[in-house]
Amino acid sequence: MLQLKNISFSVSDGIAGEKEILQDINLTIDDSKLVVITGPNGGGKSTLVKIIAGIEKPTSGRIILDGQDITDLDITERAKLGISFAFQQPVRFKGLRVCDLLALAAGVDAENKEEHDALCSYLHQVGLCAREYIDRELDSSLSGGEIKRIEIAMTMARNARLAIFDEPEAGIDLWSFNNLIDVFENMRQERERSILVISHQERILEVADEIIVLSKGQLVHHGAREDVLPELLGQQGCGFCPHHRKGCE
Amino acid sequence: MNEITKTLLGLISDFKADFKGAFNIREDSECAGRQSSENIKIFNKTDGPGVVIQVMPGTKGETVFIPACVTRSNVNDVAYNDFYIGEGCDVTVVAGCGVHTEGEEEAQHNGIHNFIIEKGARVLYQEKHIGIGEGTGERIINPVTYITMAEDSYMEMDSTQIKGVDSTKRETRAKLAAGATLIVREKIMTDGKQYAETDFEIDLNGENSGTHLVSRSVAKGESRQVFRSRMNGYNACNGHSECDAIIMDNGVVSAIPELTAHNVDAALVHEAAIGKIAGEQLTKLRSLGLTAQEAEAKIIEGFLR
Repeated sequence: MLQLKNISFSVSDGIAGEKEILQDINLTIDDSKLVVITGPNGGGKSTLVKIIAGIEKPTSGRIILDGQDITDLDITERAKLGISFAFQQPVRFKGLRVCDLLALAAGVDAENKEEHDALCSYLHQVGLCAREYIDRELDSSLSGGEIKRIEIAMTMARNARLAIFDEPEAGIDLWSFNNLIDVFENMRQERERSILVISHQERILEVADEIIVLSKGQLVHHGAREDVLPELLGQQGCGFCPHHRKGCE
Repeated sequence: MNEITKTLLGLISDFKADFKGAFNIREDSECAGRQSSENIKIFNKTDGPGVVIQVMPGTKGETVFIPACVTRSNVNDVAYNDFYIGEGCDVTVVAGCGVHTEGEEEAQHNGIHNFIIEKGARVLYQEKHIGIGEGTGERIINPVTYITMAEDSYMEMDSTQIKGVDSTKRETRAKLAAGATLIVREKIMTDGKQYAETDFEIDLNGENSGTHLVSRSVAKGESRQVFRSRMNGYNACNGHSECDAIIMDNGVVSAIPELTAHNVDAALVHEAAIGKIAGEQLTKLRSLGLTAQEAEAKIIEGFLR
């Protein structure tokens, strides 16, 4: 179980002073749940998941994973505790191959033939021909869609306790998108794993157990899909804006 | 052949107990072993130190080993090796140099390789340089490569210097006839106070000749590197050079391209990127469970693979 307690995050905004990106977020992600975070652009979604993965440090608040306070742990230490993160914009490496990254993710040796071959299954699952991709460099020769699918395969290879995906659908085609839904469905079958996905896609929201809505740095909704989704789809314009009830200026 | 030579040979050419096929081993300016094959003849030059390597026309699938080792301080070795690659050949040349010092005096190897590649021949030229030993004397390797390529010939040159060489000046001059292609892949890592200089000059003389130079380097510590590439297009041709360097600590890298087109159909391009390891690359590998140091080592390992 992951708990966020009073998480706030602000950045210096030049002469304007501090800008609050997240304000006093409290939430619990239970085990074996697929939770989708959605909300308007600039609402703090990516910052929140980066804080969970240790890429950003919260200005205040605590992060508790399975009863352990991980707020002061760095990215590596959190990864070793089983937090996995699929970047919205995957990173490219000159010289490192797809199999090198998958092997690091899976904790195996890319030079061992059997283990190298076993890595191919992750590529199959994201709809890539393993023979064609496994030994390719993870560089600019790969298209945005290809590298995105490899990023997702890497997160699967981690077999992590908490898998975080930041807009996994961005940049991938329709066929891969169907595949992506299957990936989440399959990952969800495994007990004690939580999946946290940032998405704007209705079809991903439809397979969620729970939906969180973040807007202007505030958590405006968190509940079961059945409760949140109909309201979300029924909203127009800035319906989930925290100032909505007061009326927009 | 002494034990240091055996160690150096293992490092520069995957030498186990012996070489198969044609070879010439140079040890401290002397010949420590030589063998010709039916198709590849090796004999002494008559006008100076070094050997002539003659590959008979049509020879395919053979490898010739021409390593040079300097095993002690106070040796200044110079060798002129001439390679004649006959028409229609497809061969591999494994050269490379290892320098070992145990004292305060420097040890130096200057290898001047002259390749004459005949029509339609293909050559893979592998050259690995390394320095070892506990001595404080400088380990210096200055390779010079002259390449003359006839019509439709093809050469790939893989040049690697990963550690232990204190100073190197690497000069490559090539002249390409019509349809000839030269691919160069260079990998260099320097550390401490080491200095490495690379200087390419390629004349694309013939129609549809082409070259692709790729240099990847890492400069750590206080080390300095200079990458200079000059490409001259005298015909409808393609030239592309690429210098990618990672700098760490107080390392310094300069990339100096010079492109000269003498023909409107000469397409010459240079790309250079110098900088530290991207923060997002470190973050990605750390998110897979590597420490910052492990992530850095992995990125460099891949970069110089």
